[in-house]
Amino acid sequence: MKQRLRSGVPVLVFVLLLALLWEAATAWLSIPHYIIPQLSDVLMSMWDNRQLLGKHFMITLGESLLGLSISVVFGTLAAVCIEGSSLARKTIYPLIIASQTIPIIALSPIMVMWFGYEIWSKVAVVILFTFFPIAVNTSDGFRTADSGIGEVMRSMGARRRDLFLKWKIPSALPGFFTGLKMAATISVGGATLGEWLGGEAGLGMYTKRASSMLRGDAVFSGVLLLSLMGILLFLAALWLEKAALSRRSS
Amino acid sequence: MSMAITPSGDKRPLALSVEGLTYAFNESMPLFANLSFTIREGEFVSLLAPSGIGKTTLFRLLAGLLTPQGGSIRLGAEKVEPSGAAHRRQSGRIGYMPQRDSLMPWRSVLDNAALGLELSGIPRREARRRVRELLPTFGLEGTEEKRPHELSGGMRQRVSFLRSVLGGGELLLLDEPFSALDAMTRISMQEWLLQIWEQHRKTILFITHDIDEALLLSDRVLVAEASPVSIMKELAVALPRPRTYQTVLDDSFVLLKRQALGLLGKEAARQEGASR
Repeated sequence: MKQRLRSGVPVLVFVLLLALLWEAATAWLSIPHYIIPQLSDVLMSMWDNRQLLGKHFMITLGESLLGLSISVVFGTLAAVCIEGSSLARKTIYPLIIASQTIPIIALSPIMVMWFGYEIWSKVAVVILFTFFPIAVNTSDGFRTADSGIGEVMRSMGARRRDLFLKWKIPSALPGFFTGLKMAATISVGGATLGEWLGGEAGLGMYTKRASSMLRGDAVFSGVLLLSLMGILLFLAALWLEKAALSRRSS
Repeated sequence: MSMAITPSGDKRPLALSVEGLTYAFNESMPLFANLSFTIREGEFVSLLAPSGIGKTTLFRLLAGLLTPQGGSIRLGAEKVEPSGAAHRRQSGRIGYMPQRDSLMPWRSVLDNAALGLELSGIPRREARRRVRELLPTFGLEGTEEKRPHELSGGMRQRVSFLRSVLGGGELLLLDEPFSALDAMTRISMQEWLLQIWEQHRKTILFITHDIDEALLLSDRVLVAEASPVSIMKELAVALPRPRTYQTVLDDSFVLLKRQALGLLGKEAARQEGASR
């Protein structure tokens, strides 16, 4: 633990240096506040609006988590279907892979059209973003399960259920967590986009509105908080992965 | 306790009998054509063949993982059915040890070894107790809670072997279990297997392409020469037991090895000479 804390020191120092550089450069080079506001102004604006920002933060976080949870359920189910039925493998799987070439952002307005300006349109956009990484990576996890283990189990008279529970599921966990980490990171982006397209609350809406008013300090405080949210969700997924796979080899 | 094995005079019941086995992945290249052989209870038989002849496929057929296109495979009195069948084979199962250890990386040594017991419905506690009892014999004392990645290659193969022994079957199929190990580990594993087998006398069919290994371990060596395999030549290994690795230096061993090379044909003999 101590070792790990110490290994984090260089990057923290570097971030601090960058922050100082930001603060100093904006002051010395007299960059307009609507291009890059001074860091101290951003932090001050953040502090002044802490209650409002807190409220918007929780709304965006809620949308991200809700969408993410639904994607976990349906993405995993899709992966199980693909694994369990060769028909699904021949029909659903290629479609899922092909759908990754579609610019998902382009589909987002449809979600707004269908689900309106309530929370569900944002959740739908989050699902659009997060379903595929979870479904595809979990499915790959199933597919790359060590076939030798399956053969040993079959030679011992294992039933389909045994094979699935004792071999396939544990084998797919690393893939699932890879997908979850990817999904956690981009879920915030999905929620933000959903709010841009039509939202009355959330940090995405906040930054968009601030941007149209050329309020650099407010835009940057929103962006910093959204970044923080992405990092936190990723770390949470990472922590879950560590807890679940702690005793396996990497 | 020396024991000469003469298959014709052996009155032990059959553990495995293969009759007229035919199998091909595609029809133009059959792997086995009308192949027949038997193994008696308590026998250690090696199948010696050059690579690419379908040894692993044969094992998968015997393990019920593949369905033969012709002929029958009997374990004891029971016919092997492919395990994909809806009903579960209650008996006549075999202990299959694959080439790679194929241990579950998420399970401890204890739970890996207990897999077969667990699958046959024995409660986890009881299964673990039985594994614990055998750990010292298998040289795995103190590794109960270790994960496979924390063990050496040789240790992993021991766990894999223990798993197949506890798999419930009377017949053990070992598919080149030591081929991935370095030479020194391999020798110590061969000696270890000799020692364990001489104590327990399980029926073993052992696949290898290593002549020394086949002769050192077995009562009888079956030699498959060319594809498709229809007749296997047989070499009785009447070396006294218990054997150790020193046995390979005996004159009688060298004599047997010459015979084995002859059975494999000149082509194989030259290959063997080049690889040594």
